[in-house]
Amino acid sequence: MNRIDNTLNKEGKLLSIYFTAGHPNLNDTVDIILKLQESGVDMIEIGLPFSDPLADGPTIQDSSTVAIKNGMNTNVLFEQLNGIRNRVSIPLIIMGYFNPILQFGVEEFCKKCNQVGIDGLIIPDLPIDYYEENYKSIFKKYKIYNMFLIAPQTSDERIKKIDSISDGFIYMVSSSSITGSKESFSSKQLEYFERINKMNLKTPRITGFGVGNKDTFNAAVNYSKGAIIGSAFIKNLESNGLKSIERFIKNIRI
Amino acid sequence: MKYTVDKKGFYGKYGGAFVPEMLFPNLDELEKNYNKIINDKEFQNDYNNLLRDYVGRPTPLFFAERLSEKYKCKIYLKREDLCHTGAHKINNTIGQILLAKRLGKKRIIAETGAGQHGVATATVCALKGIECVIYMGAVDIKRQAPNVARMKMLGASVVAAESGSKTLKDATNEAIRDWINNPITTHYIIGSVVGPHPYPDMVAKFQSIVSEEIKAQLLEKENTQNPNYLLANIGGGSNAAGLYYNYLENENVKIISVEAAGEGVKSGKSAATSVLGKTGIIHGSKTLLMQTNDGQIIEPYSISAGLDYPGVGPLHAHLLESKRAEFMSITDSDAMLAGLEVSKLEGIIPAIETAHAFAAFKYLDFKTNDIVVVNFSGRGDKDLDTYIEYFNL
Repeated sequence: MNRIDNTLNKEGKLLSIYFTAGHPNLNDTVDIILKLQESGVDMIEIGLPFSDPLADGPTIQDSSTVAIKNGMNTNVLFEQLNGIRNRVSIPLIIMGYFNPILQFGVEEFCKKCNQVGIDGLIIPDLPIDYYEENYKSIFKKYKIYNMFLIAPQTSDERIKKIDSISDGFIYMVSSSSITGSKESFSSKQLEYFERINKMNLKTPRITGFGVGNKDTFNAAVNYSKGAIIGSAFIKNLESNGLKSIERFIKNIRI
Repeated sequence: MKYTVDKKGFYGKYGGAFVPEMLFPNLDELEKNYNKIINDKEFQNDYNNLLRDYVGRPTPLFFAERLSEKYKCKIYLKREDLCHTGAHKINNTIGQILLAKRLGKKRIIAETGAGQHGVATATVCALKGIECVIYMGAVDIKRQAPNVARMKMLGASVVAAESGSKTLKDATNEAIRDWINNPITTHYIIGSVVGPHPYPDMVAKFQSIVSEEIKAQLLEKENTQNPNYLLANIGGGSNAAGLYYNYLENENVKIISVEAAGEGVKSGKSAATSVLGKTGIIHGSKTLLMQTNDGQIIEPYSISAGLDYPGVGPLHAHLLESKRAEFMSITDSDAMLAGLEVSKLEGIIPAIETAHAFAAFKYLDFKTNDIVVVNFSGRGDKDLDTYIEYFNL
C-alpha cells in the first residue's frame, strides 16, 4: 500500500492534475503543487519535460519546450522536490517519456523518487513486456508504482494482462488521440467507457486525455474512479497564472 | 543470423518498439502481417512488376573507370539515382503502398525532411489512388520549395510541422501523432530503417532488392557475387541497409558507412551519430542518438538534408557496436568537393547525401584488385541550388 492506494480507497471521485515541471517558470514547481493540494486536488502528475513528446498535443509539447528552455531537467526537478513531503500529503506521480529516465539511470531514478517521496511513475513509451523483463524488480525495490495506459483499440486480452500486473491505477486514455482538451465526449467514447466498465477489472481506472472542464470531468468519472486534467490546466496557468489555480479547480469540482 | 532482427524486434540491444499504448495495436497489426504479406507470391509479383515497369529496375551496376583509376581500386556504382523520382526511396514506398492496400488502409501518412521520401510517397499514392498526407518541418518547407510543389502536383497534402525545431524529427513526431489519432484507416509509410519494430526490418527488406541485384550483376562482371567492400552514406540508413542486406552474414564483404560530420564532428554543427550519439530512445526505437546529458534530443546539422537525422536505424547501431561496419564522418566541404569530382570524372551529378560516400575514398587505402561497390543513392538535381551557392556556379 502506498499513498496512491490510500487515495484510491477514498469515497467519491478523484481529480488529478497534470502540469509540466519548469513551466511557466523554472521554480514554479513547488508552488503549483502546494496550491493544487490547498485547492483540494486528490493527486498530482508532475510532467518531466521531453523534447519529443510523441503522445502529446501542442499545449503539452509547447509547455515542455518552454520548461527545457527555462533549464528544467531531471536533476533540477529532484532538487526542487527535495523536502516536498514535509508539506504535501497527497500522492505525487512523475509522468515522463522514457529517454530522460533512461539517461538518468532507471535504478537511480527510482531511488531518487523514493527519497523525495514520489509514489509512482507513468512512462507512456515504456512497453509492458520490456518493463517486466528489465525494470519491474527495481520499481518494487524502491516501492515505486508503475501505471500503464489503455486506449480504445487495446484488446480485451491485453487489458486483462495490464490489469493483472498494474499497481495503483490504470490510466484510461479516453480516445484514440493525443493529449488536449475537448468540449465533450462522443457516443463512441462513452460506449468504450461502458465496455471497459463491464470488464470488472481489479485495478481502478483514472481517465485522461480530452478531459478539460466540468462536463467532461463528470462524464469521465461516471465510468471511472477519477479523471486527469492536463492541457486545460496548463492553458489556464499560461493565461491566468498561479493565482488562478484555486478558481480553476473549483470550477471543475462544483 | 547475427545481423537480422530477433523475435522481439531487436538487433542485439538496439531496436524494439518504445511507443505509447495507443500505437500498440497499429504496430501489432503490422508485425503480425508484414512477413506473411511480403512472402506472398502474388504480392511479390505485384512488387517486382512495379519495380521493373514503373521504377525502372534493375538499376545498372556501372564500372566507374576514371574514379577507379584515381583511387586505385575497382569502383562500381549501383545506380539508384536512375530510379523513378531520383533515389532509392521509392523501392520502399512501392512495397509499403502494396502492403497498405492489402491491409485495407484508406489513407497514407509520411514524414519527410528534404522532401525525397515525401515525393516518393506522394508518387505511389497517386499511382494507387490513395489519399496522402505528408508531414514536413515548417523550416524545411521553406528550404525545399520544388519538392513541396512536386508533392502537391502529385495530389498530396503537405502539412507543416510547427512543433519543436520544425525539421525532420518534428515532422516524424507529427506523423506519429496523426497515426495515434487515426489508428484504423491509416498506414504510416516511414522512409528509413528507423522507428519502432517492425519498421526497420520491413524497410530494410524493401530496400534489399539493391544488394540482390548487385549479386547477379557482379557475378556477370567480375565472376564473383561478392565485392571486397560496400560503401554507403548513412542518415537513418535505408540505402545502406539495402546495399548491405544480402551481404550481412558474409563477413568477408567489408562494410563502410559514411555519415555527415557537418562542419566537423566537434564543431557543434554535426550529424555524426556514431561519434556523438549515445544509446537512447528516438521515434520508438532504442538506438544511438544525439542527445543532451538529460536525454533531450539534439537537432543535428548537415549541408545534406537527407543526412541530418539525430539517430541511426537500430540495425546500423548494432553493426557499429558489433564492429561489422566501420563508420566514417565526412564534412560538408569534403562532400561538396567530392560531388563536383564525381560529376567531372563520371558525368553523373550526385545528391549531396551520395557525395558523402565518395568523399571517403581519399581517406581509404584499397588494394588495386579490391572491388568496391558504392550505392549511388540519389541524383543531384534537387541539390542544384546548394551546389550553385557553394561553388558560385
